[in-house]
Amino acid sequence: MKSKNFLLPLLGLALAAASPARTVELLNVSYDPTRELYADFNKAFGAYWKAKTGDTVVVKQSHGGYGKQARSVIDGLPADVVTLALAADIDALSANAKLIPPDWQKRLPQNSTPYTSTIVFLVRKGNPKGIKDWDDLAKPGVSVITPNPKTSGGARWNYLAAWAYAKHRQGGDAAAKKFINALYKNVPVLDSGARGSTTTFVQREIGDVAISWENEAFFVLKEFGSDHYEIVVPSLSILTEPPVTVVDKVVRKKGTAEVARAYLEYLYSEEGQDIVGRNFYRPRSPAAVAKYAKVFPQLELVTIDSEFGGWARAQQTHFADGGIFDEIYTKK
Amino acid sequence: MAAIVANSLGSQPPPTAAPRATHDPFWVRWTLTAVALLFVLFFLVLPLAAVFTEALRKGVGAYFAAVRDPDAIASIKLTLIAAGIAVPANVVFGVAASWAIAKFHFRGKSLLTTLIDLPFAVSPVISGLIFVLVFGLQGWFGGWLAEHDLKVIFAVPGIVLATTFITFPFVARELIPLMQSQGSDEEYAAITLGASGWQTFWRVTVPNIKWGLLYGIILCNARAMGEFGAVSVVSGHIRGETNTMPLHVEILYNEFNSVAAFAVASLLALLAIFTLVLKAFIEWRHAASRR
Amino acid sequence: MNPAVTFPQPSRRVLPGFGLSLGFTLTYLSIIVLIPLAAAFLKTAGMSWGEFVAAVASPRVLASYRLSFLASMAAGLVDVFFGLIVAWVLVRYSFPGRRIIDALVDLPFALPTAVAGIALTTIYAKHGWVGRWLEPHGIKVAFTEIGVFVALTFIGLPFVVRTLQPVLMELEPEIEEAAASLGASRWKTLTRVILPELTPALLTGFALAFARALGEYGSVVFISGNMPMRTEIVPLLIITKLEQYDYRGATAIAVVMLVASFLMLLLINLLQKWSRRYHRV
Repeated sequence: MKSKNFLLPLLGLALAAASPARTVELLNVSYDPTRELYADFNKAFGAYWKAKTGDTVVVKQSHGGYGKQARSVIDGLPADVVTLALAADIDALSANAKLIPPDWQKRLPQNSTPYTSTIVFLVRKGNPKGIKDWDDLAKPGVSVITPNPKTSGGARWNYLAAWAYAKHRQGGDAAAKKFINALYKNVPVLDSGARGSTTTFVQREIGDVAISWENEAFFVLKEFGSDHYEIVVPSLSILTEPPVTVVDKVVRKKGTAEVARAYLEYLYSEEGQDIVGRNFYRPRSPAAVAKYAKVFPQLELVTIDSEFGGWARAQQTHFADGGIFDEIYTKK
Repeated sequence: MAAIVANSLGSQPPPTAAPRATHDPFWVRWTLTAVALLFVLFFLVLPLAAVFTEALRKGVGAYFAAVRDPDAIASIKLTLIAAGIAVPANVVFGVAASWAIAKFHFRGKSLLTTLIDLPFAVSPVISGLIFVLVFGLQGWFGGWLAEHDLKVIFAVPGIVLATTFITFPFVARELIPLMQSQGSDEEYAAITLGASGWQTFWRVTVPNIKWGLLYGIILCNARAMGEFGAVSVVSGHIRGETNTMPLHVEILYNEFNSVAAFAVASLLALLAIFTLVLKAFIEWRHAASRR
Repeated sequence: MNPAVTFPQPSRRVLPGFGLSLGFTLTYLSIIVLIPLAAAFLKTAGMSWGEFVAAVASPRVLASYRLSFLASMAAGLVDVFFGLIVAWVLVRYSFPGRRIIDALVDLPFALPTAVAGIALTTIYAKHGWVGRWLEPHGIKVAFTEIGVFVALTFIGLPFVVRTLQPVLMELEPEIEEAAASLGASRWKTLTRVILPELTPALLTGFALAFARALGEYGSVVFISGNMPMRTEIVPLLIITKLEQYDYRGATAIAVVMLVASFLMLLLINLLQKWSRRYHRV
């Protein structure tokens, strides 16, 4: 019995080595605005992995609203890797389903966030309302488009960026609360997701300014033409850190641990970082940062950890039922 | 809802061009027709026209490219599979249920018919959610299914289940009132003359209900292929794998690929139109067979 | 409705297949509908009464009940009014294109709700075919309560028309002729003879459209704008709770909706029973 158990893996290895055309399938569960990035990256990784091991990797993608995606994984969607918009959603995989260890964020460099972005403004050509910074968004008569932070993870970053600005430039949390109130009074439509918001601004032509992730704003310029829209960079914003992780329980069962880890690690490689930059996310590696320095403007960036004490705290204070965001709409 | 349509098929011939002598003055007829046409124009024709206009905005080439995309084809296949399982299952159920309800008396019949109707009034969001609660990894059978490597939600079985749930009442609700209004005299006679149960069913009942049954199948199928909310909850949105046509439309729309989104949507609209034509044909045949 | 039932109602013994058909019906019903629905009820059974009330009666949820209820009500009423006209015109008059209109009535039923939502938003938004004419007059449809109402009206129309059509066809012209020959005006005939005949069908049609509208999700989320306290419908709040991993809160609202739909259906079935009895007299 014992010897048999010992021999089996060896046999497996021998077989794997003998059959060169093995096909591995990975499922990457991600959120809406990473479609273009991962469409690009999956091709590159496929080529790299083929060259390295001879195996063919087929990466299947699932995109959707942020919370919905994490929830699907919790409920059994067999994701090998998740690449989501905020750490809170991945924390939920650990807290609600024990799919990954609680310290997952320490497993990859830079808190498991191989790329970052920030929150900027998208305005119509010529910037007719003269929007320069966050305080212009709270002025009367300006119509602001941003998704609903209750249903959209991206929208939570938008909200926190606005909060951080007011806290720093207008003096403390009380001022921030007032500012946030005034800002959301200017929002005519709260779409359920970030892409929905962009559609409202771009295709329905509603609103003077859309609060948007930088990569999404660049994507709009590319897709709909820079002769229709402009990006306005505020003086202060938040560093958005979309994290990635391997889902341990799933890869252990599917036997894809090695390739899944390699997949995420490859995001940190020079080629991975170059693809990141090409798709308008801010890269981490110095070489790629230098290469795309002209694309991404410099601005003062705060982080979720230093400013809000991490996602769990921010979620509880601002976005949970009865939190500060709810007060905007329930208290008249 | 289907009950109603069944009435039209069951107890009296449908309106095949029956310009009955009416007593309404000309201006009343004219006004009412105009109001009806305007209402239909604003609420039904415009949305349909919008779908096709958007789909063809970049020409026929872009339209066909979008429809022939591998992911689009995968979504079409999945939609066909889901409907192909859900509809026959509900047909068998519908026939059995209407046989029991229309031909026999028993306690709790009203409750049973109400329960059969229930999926009609349940919000699609809830319909999806309940399957997650039962089969999800954190749900009742989730752990057991995972151990045995069985996938229900986020795979084809879950999509089939949700579709079956949504389309559950349609065939039954079509047949129950029809069989009730037909009564059991013919079956009764057949049995008395020595026919077996199955013979009676196939030779007497089925010919009597075939038009209603066909109509029920058509409605059931249309709803099965178009379902969005419930399937969205249990699908997992894996491109080319667990996206049905309505879900694929949403994804394309979210990618700002509105031409492709509306192109796939137009296929569903075409299906709806085809269904409606088929329905009109069946009503026509049915009326003809009654003359 | 069929007066030709001359045989006594068949007893259980004469026709075969009672056990088989009822057994299969109950099994299938349990597997597909009852067991999954029970899951929702059991999930909320774990909550304390206080938690349950907090989940289903917070101000935002109450506001969404109000919107869902009022918009569904308004949509149902408008569907009844125009549905009656459409059904009347389709049954009584003949005009070119009547068959096409008749077929089109089923469109909202067969068109995927998400597609309907996107199409309606495209038409009624600021630069849409209809929106561009309404907006200058200060009427905003997309992203307001009116948008929710428009989507729900679209969804509910076939139910009213298809309920009325058979009843209208069944109306015996003799009755109208008799009323007319007795000197009743057309209007009097309409209100005293025809409308009472139609009332059960109108009520059923309304109830069906209303029940369907209450649960509608796909078409509404695109056009409503989802503003808290203003344009959030109940199913959206269920999704919102789920996004926060609040499964219990979500199922609690779902249970409230389930009970509401069950009561609506019971009402419909009673109405139909009543109308059957009414017709027999």
